[in-house]
Amino acid sequence: MSVSEQVILPAVNLHPIDNLLRADRLPHILCPGCGIGTVIHGYAYAIAESGIEENRHVCVSGIGCSGRAAGYVNVDSYHATHGRALPFALGIAVHNPKLEVTVISGDGDLTSIGGNHLIHAARRNANMNVICINNFNYGMTGGQVGPTTPIGAKGSTAPLGVVERPFNLPYLAKATGAVFVARWTILHVREFQEAVLRAMQKRGFTFIEVLAPCPTSFGKANKIGDGLHEMEIYRERCEIRNGATNLEELDINLIDESVPITVGNFVDIERDDYLG
Amino acid sequence: MPVSVMAADAERAARQARVRTGMHFMVGDHACAEGALAAGVDFFGGYPITPSTEVAEHLARRLPHVGGRFVQMEDELASMAAIIGASAAGARSMTATSGPGFSLMMENIGLAAMMELPCVVVDVQRASPSTGLPTMVGQSDILQARWGSHGDYGIIAYCPASVQECFDLTVTAFNAADRYRVPVFVMMDEVVGHMAERLVIPEADEVPFVPRKAPRTAPGAEPFLSYAADDDLVPPIAHAGDGYKVHMTGLTHDERGYPAMTAAAHDKLVNRLVDKVRLNASKIELYEEFGTDDADTVVISFGCTARSARHAVNQARREGIKCGLLRLITVWPFPETRIRELVAGGKVRRFIVPEINLGQLRREVERLTQLPVLRLNHAGGAMPTPDAILEMIRS
Repeated sequence: MSVSEQVILPAVNLHPIDNLLRADRLPHILCPGCGIGTVIHGYAYAIAESGIEENRHVCVSGIGCSGRAAGYVNVDSYHATHGRALPFALGIAVHNPKLEVTVISGDGDLTSIGGNHLIHAARRNANMNVICINNFNYGMTGGQVGPTTPIGAKGSTAPLGVVERPFNLPYLAKATGAVFVARWTILHVREFQEAVLRAMQKRGFTFIEVLAPCPTSFGKANKIGDGLHEMEIYRERCEIRNGATNLEELDINLIDESVPITVGNFVDIERDDYLG
Repeated sequence: MPVSVMAADAERAARQARVRTGMHFMVGDHACAEGALAAGVDFFGGYPITPSTEVAEHLARRLPHVGGRFVQMEDELASMAAIIGASAAGARSMTATSGPGFSLMMENIGLAAMMELPCVVVDVQRASPSTGLPTMVGQSDILQARWGSHGDYGIIAYCPASVQECFDLTVTAFNAADRYRVPVFVMMDEVVGHMAERLVIPEADEVPFVPRKAPRTAPGAEPFLSYAADDDLVPPIAHAGDGYKVHMTGLTHDERGYPAMTAAAHDKLVNRLVDKVRLNASKIELYEEFGTDDADTVVISFGCTARSARHAVNQARREGIKCGLLRLITVWPFPETRIRELVAGGKVRRFIVPEINLGQLRREVERLTQLPVLRLNHAGGAMPTPDAILEMIRS
């Protein structure tokens, strides 16, 4: 074939976040229909748009399915012990305040075994972002209930349904001192990304709850069906109320379909961060 | 004056600000804190607990003035996690605690061992178990220091017996942590922590400093292998923000730091974690001895108990009894080779191991010899007296 006959392929543009994912670790371990991949995608997009150089971003996770997030993002990343992502991140953030530290972990990790660390990191206004992926259960260990499982929902350790009142995470984060508090679902891809970006722009402790389907464990036990069906629930029942102030009334009720799931950016205030 | 000379002067001045060169009269807890400052500690994360609180209080006063960070964490679980995180970002980091807090730290001590992030944990031992006697002496965390977290891993533990050693061994601990990428313990006890005696702090230039091994490749060129070990089994380390995009996990991992969920990868990794201390033991081990050349009775002791033992051995030798003292400065790695040599020498007929626990170190000695190993124990709250040790030597 002569030079003139060579087929000229169109230039292939890399996906904007390709270099922010550890492609050498794919495929990931997450189940079909899981929402964690969308959260990682949103975080990577926010890094790309943050204007903060990649080498200054640090991701820390705890244990569980969501805890694997740190292993897929191509920044300095640490997969700490169960519940201890926040104090681990605090050590990084305090020693090197130039770093943009983000903790991505699950509801069980951050609010049950790590609950004490959560309230204290918020109280201190430690300079870090928390993305709490709430799938209402412990997915990796097979669908046990936790402190975010709604009353009445079932899990392998509550076959008759949960009787304990769950945490209302935005309310908790606001009460303990977070300067930015949001709740979104993985259906709200753009809004979630924008929230993460806003969190990165702020100094101090920011908290984003993001609801995500766990079809393998929580969905199956509660007859929600596959991930797509849970996305349908989000679409039908979510009500966006940015700036909502009545956080104490915004419990998530998955059983009573008449109660809306309120999402939005709720808190965005200024307060001296931990290092003043 | 050239800029480089001015910069060097400024650096020396900053270093000297951390080092209180001169002669002092000080308690062991404060000497430990001064040792940490001289060693260049950047980050302290801790939780108050008797009898270690004075270490934290002293650093809370001193660290902000020398560019360091002091954080009082919400508990010991968080303290340990925070110092590992700070270490990941390049800090010389430490915490200080006592038995109950040391138990809580075990979870993340395993993480530090697995991630190979250097850190120093000071454990001022009190009478245990549980809450025990919070204000009174114990030496009962010795086996916990070695085996407290789940699984097999290597650690180093020093036992100061004087205020001077609280300073010196804290410096040594930071250097060993960075040299071998392991958690290192300074196993003080309440007596050593709270007693005051002379402390001589050298010039800043004379404080030994062993840096961490830095990466030998520039960031970005190729994936950095956080766990590719050199011949000494210790890998170079890259910190958060250095540009190497490291991944570190408590999961079993490969040289890149990525999870490697196989039995073969696990066996390889855990063996290296243990071997990097085991095979470097002769470089790490510290002990002091006297009278052992001709001794038929050798007292093996550590920490405050060794002070009673020294008095007793001196007295016995004045009485013409052939006895000696082997004072362990590192309890881990345990100086096995030296004890085997003493046994093989043929002169020693028996060992005496006084300690403020019910025989934790005696078990280690028994493991190495068929000779009688006599026990002289107190469960905690009181030291074995010189008279009690002397009486056993005479028997």
